Amino acid sequence: MRVSLRWLAEYVDIDLPPRELAHRLTMAGLGVDSIERMGGEWEGICVGLVTKVEPHPNADRLKLATVDLGGEQMTVVCGAPNVAEGQKIAFGRVGAHIINPNTREAVELTPARIRGVESAGMVLSERELGMSDEHVGILVLDEDAPVGMPLQEYMGDSIFDISVTPNRGDCLSMVGIAREVAALTGKKVRYPDGTYEEAGGRIAERVSVEIADDDLCSRYVATLIDDVKLGDSPPWMQERLIAAGQRPINNIVDITNYVMLELGQPLHAFDFMLLGGGKIVVRRARPGEKMTTLDGVDHELEPDMLVIANASDAVALAGVMGGANSEVREDTRTILLESANFNSASIRRTSTRLKARSEASSRFEKGLSPELSIVAARRATKLLVELAGGRAATGVVDVYPRKAQPVVVQVPRRRLQTILGLDLPTPKVRSVLEGLEFGCGWHEPDYLVTVPYWRMDVRIADDVAEEVARMVGYDELPVTNLRGEIPSIIPQPLRDLRERARDLLAAAGMQEVINYSLTTLEALEQVVPPELLSEQPPLRVVNSLSSQHEYLRTTLRASVLQSLAANLRYSEGEVALFEAARAYLPRGSDLPLEEEHVTGVISGWHEDRWGHPMEEAVDLYDAKGYLEALFAGMGVEAEFAQADVFGMVPGRSAEVRVEGETVAVIGQAHPRVAAAFDVDGDAYVFEMVLDRLLPFVRGPRRYEPVSRFPPVVQDIALIVDEGVTAGHIKAIIEKAPLVREARLFDCYTGEQVGAGKKSLAFSITYQSSGHSLTDEEVARAQRGIVERLKHEIDATLRS
Amino acid sequence: MIDELKRIEEQARAELVAAADEASLEAWRVTWLGRKGRLTSVLRGLTDLPIEKRRRMGAAANSLKQALDSALALRQEQVQKERLAIIETGRLDVTLPGRTKRIGRLHPVTQTLRDVLAAFVSMGFSIVEGPEVESDYYNFEALRIGKDHPARDTMDTLYVDITHDGEYDVVMRTHTSPNQVRVMEKTRPPIRVVVPGRCYRNEATDPTHEWMQTQIELLAVDEGISLSDLKGTLYEFAKRIFGQERKVRFRCDYFPFVEPGAEMAIDCMICGGAGCRTCDGEGWIEVLGSGMVHPEILSNMGYDADRYTGFAAGLGIERICMLRYGIEDIRLFYANDLRFLKQF
Ligand SMILES: [Zn+2]
Repeated sequence: MRVSLRWLAEYVDIDLPPRELAHRLTMAGLGVDSIERMGGEWEGICVGLVTKVEPHPNADRLKLATVDLGGEQMTVVCGAPNVAEGQKIAFGRVGAHIINPNTREAVELTPARIRGVESAGMVLSERELGMSDEHVGILVLDEDAPVGMPLQEYMGDSIFDISVTPNRGDCLSMVGIAREVAALTGKKVRYPDGTYEEAGGRIAERVSVEIADDDLCSRYVATLIDDVKLGDSPPWMQERLIAAGQRPINNIVDITNYVMLELGQPLHAFDFMLLGGGKIVVRRARPGEKMTTLDGVDHELEPDMLVIANASDAVALAGVMGGANSEVREDTRTILLESANFNSASIRRTSTRLKARSEASSRFEKGLSPELSIVAARRATKLLVELAGGRAATGVVDVYPRKAQPVVVQVPRRRLQTILGLDLPTPKVRSVLEGLEFGCGWHEPDYLVTVPYWRMDVRIADDVAEEVARMVGYDELPVTNLRGEIPSIIPQPLRDLRERARDLLAAAGMQEVINYSLTTLEALEQVVPPELLSEQPPLRVVNSLSSQHEYLRTTLRASVLQSLAANLRYSEGEVALFEAARAYLPRGSDLPLEEEHVTGVISGWHEDRWGHPMEEAVDLYDAKGYLEALFAGMGVEAEFAQADVFGMVPGRSAEVRVEGETVAVIGQAHPRVAAAFDVDGDAYVFEMVLDRLLPFVRGPRRYEPVSRFPPVVQDIALIVDEGVTAGHIKAIIEKAPLVREARLFDCYTGEQVGAGKKSLAFSITYQSSGHSLTDEEVARAQRGIVERLKHEIDATLRS
Repeated sequence: MIDELKRIEEQARAELVAAADEASLEAWRVTWLGRKGRLTSVLRGLTDLPIEKRRRMGAAANSLKQALDSALALRQEQVQKERLAIIETGRLDVTLPGRTKRIGRLHPVTQTLRDVLAAFVSMGFSIVEGPEVESDYYNFEALRIGKDHPARDTMDTLYVDITHDGEYDVVMRTHTSPNQVRVMEKTRPPIRVVVPGRCYRNEATDPTHEWMQTQIELLAVDEGISLSDLKGTLYEFAKRIFGQERKVRFRCDYFPFVEPGAEMAIDCMICGGAGCRTCDGEGWIEVLGSGMVHPEILSNMGYDADRYTGFAAGLGIERICMLRYGIEDIRLFYANDLRFLKQF
């Protein structure tokens, strides 16, 4: 809402500087987003009267003008062709800031000798005042401009751009803002006049109004004005409309807009002759009914939309826009003025569905009081009589099936104290509320607060508490800390696990990224098997602004590959990224399952001690190292089992299981997939589902005492078939008695062991918690292990 | 025999001079004086000699052993001194890079979120989470934002392709506020929770707008909670996150699910309140929306709204993060450029 202070001053005295006033309004809930200032720089410029114009003694085109500044006479050189005696003009004294008409820069006015004549000031043009580009002649002011008055005071203005919150429809009007200013500064509102002479016949004999659907229209007021003359509205009205951001059209339309801006009530002027008889029906649209609004758009109406109709056709879309068929024209002579109250939800639905938002609909949808209809009808009729030469019919048509009753709210004093944290004295509460034109009675121990009709947002005690708080000032309320019992913790084990995963991966050297939750189907197709995609298609957002963000991701693998691609071109060594976020798994028409995933990706080259990339690329085992760090940190033992994973290279991918349950996958992204995401080079990916891991993450594991007896370490080198995994061998060894741990320290394939074979070397630690092991015991244990390996996997000792 | 001892002495002393570190000294000791050393074997050979000769030779061998022992001690001391001299006079270039492992970092939004949560946790709030894909009911209806409420204009909403009765009624949540209702449904007062999570708006991005955001919701419900408690709690938070000297300002604002509603601003840490680009010349920076939980919502939850009151607040973490680090473009967060992320 654009509010001109010059206009606002008509309804309330303003004695605060604009910035201070803006601050007060903002703190009270009417946020002033910006202040547009006109004439703010007019220091040292005032209204002058030209008393004498003489020719310049030394120059034909210049004149000497004598200017009266209110008791002070100045004679200056003036080159303007239009300067004349008796004019009121804008006079700049020496020291005033003006705009240099040639360079368009702000300059300070200095004394000058022009062709031998001393000139201590200037009669100014619009360009020199910074008002417009006009520079042919000087600015000539209205005759009633008071001589000597600072120009800023005479014609400067500040325009506030105010964000009106959806609850304050009453403040989408000058009077509404004036009420706030009055309450905040202890002033009284001067309400606009709505009295006029009823010079015509009785309206009731020519107009009848029927409200067929009174659930959607609670009041309809009509007045009738004959003999209007269409023309321009007066300059003062045009200026105000422009200041408010509206385009002047003609006096009739301008008056309806003006009164809407003034009082907040949308109005509509019909050409009475085009209504075809005096019958107005407010009804729901008929199935299939069509109408053309005055912006020329054809609409197909639906039966829950409200229209204004004559005996046969719709002539307006109620509360949204008038119809082209009844619009005011050049030859309009008689006006039927509508001031009605329509259901806010209905107006909102209609205007949204027809994409026909208007100044009117945005006011109706916030809720207006039906009490306002008659006030606005009278005010607009008065202006139509005075400014469009009309003759008002006697009386008004006022159909008001659901009369609004005054609202009285019972506000217990204790409630006020509880909400505000402050016990305000009764006179203070009363004066604050009365300042806002609320009635405030007292019935021990409650306030009885009568709400003025325009405050549709105040209905309960807490609403009244807000009124008091915002007038007293939120900053005046005390600052206290919470007291009382601290509630029990609500356990969030999955969240705790996710945060631990973040810490562990970052500690292991991976960088966290955060990607959008929405992606494309193409991206998901790269990493989700087609049968799963068709069986359980990912959820889609139906009104996304971008096709890049349309599908709810069911895996984070596509996202991290995209992050990788974005970074590879800038990176030299290893790039290791992870994301911990949700995947959204559809569950029919229920809300999706939101699963916590932790997904990592690595690529690039190992780095030397100087941080430079080496010849050696990162590989699957680097990725596995990060995943192992994660498991180790969570105290969970995981098994890696070779498995084909969609989107990964067969034979270079695995499922990761805990107690037989698959909780993660890992592998090399298939080069085709990598290429699809513009990943240059090999990339290794893992994805863990924390929901699946959670049951296996147990509380703190039991402490094991450190053995007092020395461990014995023996190495063993085995030759096995290539297909036998290290993990399998390790498991066999670690099952043997006395073995504390088996650690792989070498892995070799090549000529020395023969084709189809490999050699694995383990370092086995034997230890007993009860005694020192003898050489004999260790040798026996190791013989047992070798036999078992021979038996189970046909392993032979490498000599 | 005496000659034998002489030879041993000469050779041992010669080798001792050559031994220049701890390891070779130890090897020398084992060779000459050890259990299987040369001198020991000489002594062992004495058993075959006649007693007189044995005594003489024994005394000579023992005095040689003592001599070599003290020579060794002397030499050890000398070697140690030389070593210390080398260490003490040598100079390492301490500016050479260390041999560290690469370190990973958490995303700045994660870091900031954790700090914000920690501030509230220390005031007795529990962290809980809720769904990001939310029903229209929790996201709007239950918060007094009906289908035709004009406040829906201020929340451009992404709808998910799930319909009930022919209408899309599942949304990407536009705020964390649905969790006020979800938490109240599950628990009874006293309540103190803080709910972090991603939120979504259907809007174009620019340096100050991003369609995906991280928010937190704060909710406290108990007997006697007032606007003053809201102010105190949020003031505490502001000081914790933005510095003890921070000032805060509360103004009236509107959200359908609170009454009274309030917005909190902090004094600009860049210009100290004088006005600059960050604060739009105002000297104050808006950081969060808040208010007293609307009594109608408490009643709908089955709470006695005359007895219990509560406050709620919601704030965007990205904005806090931008203010903290002086980041001027919100789009940097989810572009995931390592050159950006590695600075935090
Ligand atoms: Zn600033």
